[in-house]
Amino acid sequence: MPAPPIREKLAILADAAKYDASCASSGADRRNSLKSGGIGSTEATGICHAYAPDGRCISLLKVLLTNFCIYDCAYCINRSSSNVRRARFSIDEVVKLTLDFYRRNYIEGLFLSSGVIRSPDETMAEIVEVARRLRLENSFGGYIHLKTIPEASQELIEQAGLYADRLSINVELPTDEGVMRLAPEKRPQTIRRSMAGLREKLEAAAEPTLRTKKRSRFAPGGQSTQMIVGADTTPDATILKTSARLYGSYRLRRVYYSAFSPIPDSSAALPSMKPPLMREHRLYQADWMMRFYGFDQREILAGRPDGMLDLAIDPKLAWALDHRTIFPVDVNRAPRELLLRVPGLGTKAVKRVLASRVHRRLRLEDVGRVCQSIAAVRPFIVAEGWSPGGALDSERLRETVAPKAKQLELF
Amino acid sequence: MAIAAARLATRHTVRLASQTDFAGWREAARTLALNGVDPADISWTVEGHDANDLFAEPAQLPAVPADAELRVPRRFVDLAEAVICHSDPARFGFLYRILWRLQREPHLLSVATDPDVRRLEEMEKSVRRDIHKMRAFVRFRRIADEAGERFVAWFEPAHFIVERNAPFFVRRFTGMRWTILTPQATADWDGTNLAIGPGASKSDAPAEDAAEELWRTYFRSIFNPARLKVKAMTAEMPKKYWRNLPEASLIPDLIAGAEKSAREMIERMPTMPAPHHQTVQAKHWKNRPEESETDGAAAASVAELRKAAAGCRRCPLWRDATQTVFGEGPENARVVFVGEQPGDQEDIAGKPFVGPAGRLFDAIIEDAGIDRATTYVTNAVKHFKFEPRGKRRIHARPNAGEIEACRWWIDHELTLIRPDLVVALGATAAQSLLGKAVPITKMRGQTVTREDGLKVFLTVHPSYLLRLPDEAKAAERGRFLADLKAVKGLMG
Repeated sequence: MPAPPIREKLAILADAAKYDASCASSGADRRNSLKSGGIGSTEATGICHAYAPDGRCISLLKVLLTNFCIYDCAYCINRSSSNVRRARFSIDEVVKLTLDFYRRNYIEGLFLSSGVIRSPDETMAEIVEVARRLRLENSFGGYIHLKTIPEASQELIEQAGLYADRLSINVELPTDEGVMRLAPEKRPQTIRRSMAGLREKLEAAAEPTLRTKKRSRFAPGGQSTQMIVGADTTPDATILKTSARLYGSYRLRRVYYSAFSPIPDSSAALPSMKPPLMREHRLYQADWMMRFYGFDQREILAGRPDGMLDLAIDPKLAWALDHRTIFPVDVNRAPRELLLRVPGLGTKAVKRVLASRVHRRLRLEDVGRVCQSIAAVRPFIVAEGWSPGGALDSERLRETVAPKAKQLELF
Repeated sequence: MAIAAARLATRHTVRLASQTDFAGWREAARTLALNGVDPADISWTVEGHDANDLFAEPAQLPAVPADAELRVPRRFVDLAEAVICHSDPARFGFLYRILWRLQREPHLLSVATDPDVRRLEEMEKSVRRDIHKMRAFVRFRRIADEAGERFVAWFEPAHFIVERNAPFFVRRFTGMRWTILTPQATADWDGTNLAIGPGASKSDAPAEDAAEELWRTYFRSIFNPARLKVKAMTAEMPKKYWRNLPEASLIPDLIAGAEKSAREMIERMPTMPAPHHQTVQAKHWKNRPEESETDGAAAASVAELRKAAAGCRRCPLWRDATQTVFGEGPENARVVFVGEQPGDQEDIAGKPFVGPAGRLFDAIIEDAGIDRATTYVTNAVKHFKFEPRGKRRIHARPNAGEIEACRWWIDHELTLIRPDLVVALGATAAQSLLGKAVPITKMRGQTVTREDGLKVFLTVHPSYLLRLPDEAKAAERGRFLADLKAVKGLMG
């Protein structure tokens, strides 16, 4: 059978990669091409060069090297039992495609993953080779995110870290039982040990060496992971507990949640349904609460006996409605930690409130200028000339502050 | 920058050399502010764009009073340099007003709730966003000319940002020759020099590039129709940019067909496994060695026991830990040290006594004259118990049930090694080895002989020393060293 033309391969291998949620091109060390005379730079934040109609950012050329795979993970379009069309890029094809797209400013760089063919080491070696050729043979300074095959050898992981900005290993599902059931060939223990190994290498590289006092290079953008949400019955409480454990244990930059999406030629082992997008959104909000607002994972779902986040309102508002006794918070006096618990006040708004109140007493309209919506904030704060009065005790508070129910756009 | 100013009775007119003439604005604003000119008495115009003051007589600005100084926060200069690129014609006067107010309210910029400060920040944000969107949405088209290949783009920014943004494209595309055409200005990089020229029109740019078909293929394939979220897309990629994006022409059809493709995916019945699936299964997985599921009771060596313990599920601690951290050392060791449980670093490395407490332990046993290479070190509990706190894990003490569950392993380790002496480091180890809680601070330094004849020496855990303040630490280190010297004596 003759190899399909590059366009068909791209269609197959981009389609095969789209269920991985990660697209970030951030966290890299700053570099540019002024010295190398090549192309490519990374700055403080990554750039999203386009958005698909699914609302997802397109920052990196996200493709698989091949979608042939010896694993048979039920949720994956590329599992060995799937009847999807298969294709395989050559190393040079990916290199050329990356450079051609980058030169036209379509992308920030490459996110390369692969189905596992023959052996983990052979697959990992090819992934690393793409990155090596980009960096060394083409002076490419753009962003490179490589998917790490858990069973691959340490030498290959070291090399991957040398060329890549970020590495990731997917935990796949929130529980080990879920992985064993839906991805029977994968071993949760191996995935954990691999993430631990990455953390060790990242921390070792961050220490200046004794001899040269320089830090060695190993994936300056750190590591991230992804888990699929809604492929099994795991409740949000367990998912967030897993996230808290992953952040704490492996110092991840990000945990991505990917609403289980129907795939062409799906497995009978899985629910056939639309992806739980709102649930995914709420999980990201809860994740944000843990990372930026100082909430403990157990607090977030304390008021929800079923262990599921409220789909109708965001979890920070839900928490506030369940803990009304700590409100109202005085914007002119409250410490930062408490201000961060006010629904509608984000980290930037809190920073502005703290800076401004040194110089003047803040009134409601002052707060209104630094937050998105004063209507959402008002019932929970005290300001100069403003007190929510009985609003906090009102049984109808939820209706006042909750967003009006909206029709979803699809189905 | 040449500045011409006209003085009409009490009014001053400043004519800037260009839309982004920051140096000219700065010079004029400085002069006017030092003369105490009220913001309301100044008209700001731009050369070639000053419709209202077309006939104003250019006149000198008043002289700057001797020794006069104007001080502003550095942040104001940064903000003003950005805001000068804003398309709002009122920006020059507005920036002057902020400068004027800063002379009376030096902390003004910290007052984020002030309406003027808010507006200033919003304008800066708008410029920053436009710069960001230009970096995102410029699409180069490749052309071949006499000197080789050149990349040309047509872009329509909302603000006057071409000059400010050009260095980014130089940093990124140093090795290419490129030109970005916009209605207000052109940036051109020939591989060595950046030149800013006058505005251009769309027809000056190439109409297509062969790579765009591949790019559209990618855009179409990376889209998941089951996740349609049009608003999320347009919030970040507003329609005004679409006309210069080669991929945008696909969007209407992708949206229109999304519901149908998604429904088809959901409704399609699962099919039979692909033909090659059985071959793959047989070749790669059928004879795969399973992770050990034995309980280790029949292990003939510590190595076998370690293998069995890797899959331990005797208590729930395996669930959150990375791995079982088993003991390490020679199988014929005469002395075995037993700690409490692995810590954060031990859990990551999979080895006992490698964290801060382990390093302290190593240093002290060396001082005691014990050769670590001849000892076996292990823990009472083999999985790390912790509470996550942000990016850290806080050690949590194992409970009696967990200690009891893990005795299975320590008992087997001791049976296989048959040491002369076991050293219990801390209360958890003592409880595990003696089967009951003992007051470790009272009994430290003593040797207890178990019913089976095994001698157990009791002392504290080295992590105890780490938690002490410095002055107490030295004394306690001395006591711990004395204990270990006693151990050395008992080793004979």
